[in-house]
Amino acid sequence: MALINESFFSAEGLEKRLAGKKFWKTMMTEYWIPKDINFLWALGVVLAVTFSILIISGIFLMMYYKPDTALAFDSVNYTIMQEVAFGWLFRHMHGVAASVIFLVIYIHMFTGIYYGSYKKGREMIWISGMLLFVTFSAGGFSGYMLPWGQMSYWAAAVITNLFAGGSLEAWGLVEWIRGGFAVNDATLTRFFMLHVFLLPLVIIMVIVFHFYTLRIPHVNNQISDDIDYDAEAEKYLAGNKKESKVIPFWPVFLSKDFAVVSVFLIFYFYLVFFNYNFAMDPVNFDPANDMVTPAHIYPEWYFLWSYETLRGPFFDMLGMKAGDIGLIIFGLAQVIFLVFPFLDKDPDVLPAHKRPMFFIWFWIMIVDLLVLSVYGKLPPTGANAWVGFYATAVFLLLWIVLPIVTKMDAKKRGAL
Amino acid sequence: MRELKIFAVVAFFTGVLYWGVEPFAHTQLHPHKPAPDYTFSDTDDVRNGKIGDVASGKSLIVDQFQCQSCHTLTVDGAQIGASMDMGVVTPDLTSAGLIYDERYLAAFIANPAKAAQVEHKFVDGAAHPMTSFDLAYDGTFGDDDAQAVADIVAFLKSIAPSSLTNKEVFADACQRCHGIKYGDFYGGTMAAKGDVSTYMGTTPPDLSQYIRSRSKGFLHEFINEPGKHLHGTAMPRVGLTESAENQVVSYMEEVGDSSKPQREALAPNFLGYLVIFALFAWLWKAKIWREVH
Repeated sequence: MALINESFFSAEGLEKRLAGKKFWKTMMTEYWIPKDINFLWALGVVLAVTFSILIISGIFLMMYYKPDTALAFDSVNYTIMQEVAFGWLFRHMHGVAASVIFLVIYIHMFTGIYYGSYKKGREMIWISGMLLFVTFSAGGFSGYMLPWGQMSYWAAAVITNLFAGGSLEAWGLVEWIRGGFAVNDATLTRFFMLHVFLLPLVIIMVIVFHFYTLRIPHVNNQISDDIDYDAEAEKYLAGNKKESKVIPFWPVFLSKDFAVVSVFLIFYFYLVFFNYNFAMDPVNFDPANDMVTPAHIYPEWYFLWSYETLRGPFFDMLGMKAGDIGLIIFGLAQVIFLVFPFLDKDPDVLPAHKRPMFFIWFWIMIVDLLVLSVYGKLPPTGANAWVGFYATAVFLLLWIVLPIVTKMDAKKRGAL
Repeated sequence: MRELKIFAVVAFFTGVLYWGVEPFAHTQLHPHKPAPDYTFSDTDDVRNGKIGDVASGKSLIVDQFQCQSCHTLTVDGAQIGASMDMGVVTPDLTSAGLIYDERYLAAFIANPAKAAQVEHKFVDGAAHPMTSFDLAYDGTFGDDDAQAVADIVAFLKSIAPSSLTNKEVFADACQRCHGIKYGDFYGGTMAAKGDVSTYMGTTPPDLSQYIRSRSKGFLHEFINEPGKHLHGTAMPRVGLTESAENQVVSYMEEVGDSSKPQREALAPNFLGYLVIFALFAWLWKAKIWREVH
């Protein structure tokens, strides 16, 4: 180690010790982003801002929340909502942010799929992003239990019961997860631990990793142009800012991000003040009651599509029970997006509108997920059950044909 | 221009998703019910056009039937009688003429279980704790009964206060069965006045958060006619006038959504600030990007 003689109590000494200027340069002013981007490229920062809102509002909520089945409901709905100064604001912010963050995650995810930003070096970005989706899902589910309302209780009962499927039951998995034979006080307390400690910790670590995975392959751009970053950065630094294909993270990229964030915040706070029921289900304002099953049990909107794949196969077939088939498809739906880079057999990185077959695949997938989401909320009876069945079948089929479709595009282009 | 197009696509699909899982799904989960009927037109018009006489009504209540043996009421400025726990605590009659619709009130006096739509509860010999009205014990509801009921209703209206607070209406109309503990969380005075679990077959829910768990429209439809949304329910139709029902729902909102005034006052400031912030954010972005474009 080179000994530093400058005083610790001087700007120069501190700079010698921490190399703040170099760090700033590496992370901000000389971290290069392509110039040819649109507002969808700002969603990463929108997500970071929304996650910060969740952390801050969550800290304030935790000061009054009581993770005890006898106290939880009133601590949320009386103490926080009626007594604590601006407690209602923090709760609405937390509940609405938890819901809206999934909307942004989905848009962010399908932006990646549309522009092919998951392959040829960017696989790790995609995988770490999907890990975030999974951990955020766990965070959303565990948090939904905390107010200990009717939907908290019954969603917890239904979803934890999935782990009693088939041979999983023999392993006692569901009792192990619940800490008992039914959802109870132990379940609430352990989900509280997961929600306020373990999951945020893991999420923060994966976010850091997600940012890091971007550093080497760089962010994709609108036309999937393969940029020589060293050459373009040199151009930019030499003053040819207009000709250069890249921009620095600070201030150019972030100035656009802040502009997008500012519009997003107007939308978000409009929901916080005026339209929050979609994120804070009215049914959950009835206290949990294990003797009264709500007329309709459904998860939050962001789980509806995968919930519907669980309910889709509603009759026994192929010698298997309907419930087991549903469980298998549901399990598959949770992880299938993770392997997206390996199912896409097109060697080129191109936006979907340059890949005719994949373009069609993409929009069918979007529409199918919308159909699954809407029918995931409706009672699975009559025609609804059949819509769910066929939408689930289409979902499966889309994954089966993905390698074929992408290969056909590549062949037509002459890339294979 | 291209960005606007992309934004339109994102906004369109987000809108479709929202419409599907919220407004559309709710129409499927909660089928539409007819609007509340505050004239209670389905009840028998038992008074049959008879004009009530206050003095006669007073003598019927206080002397002949002695309603005060089960009910409390205020006559000539003094409270008489004692309330009684008959599985459910009997109501005070002082405010009845104000908060209950008079046609409903007459029908209720004539045949309580029928007017309250709880006849399905009183079968196999079980009888409503308040007997049906029969002046001459002749087994029929005749003209004499119609006149007497009209007199009683006229008297009840004459002793009713001209107005009540929202909380008083709630206490008289609902609290004999339902608690609303958030109304006095630490004092406990807003708990249900009696334990009606045996009488009702179940403990009626605490209503503290019903303003959040049910829509206002649902609350009005339900209070006006519980069976409309919950077929076969043990909850009686209580026959509140439209204004009394509004007061009940207002009280539920004051208690269950007490931060609403602050929320509505804060919203314009909050959003106004964000609009200004957005303006500066876009100006700054434009300035920075002018150098690179």
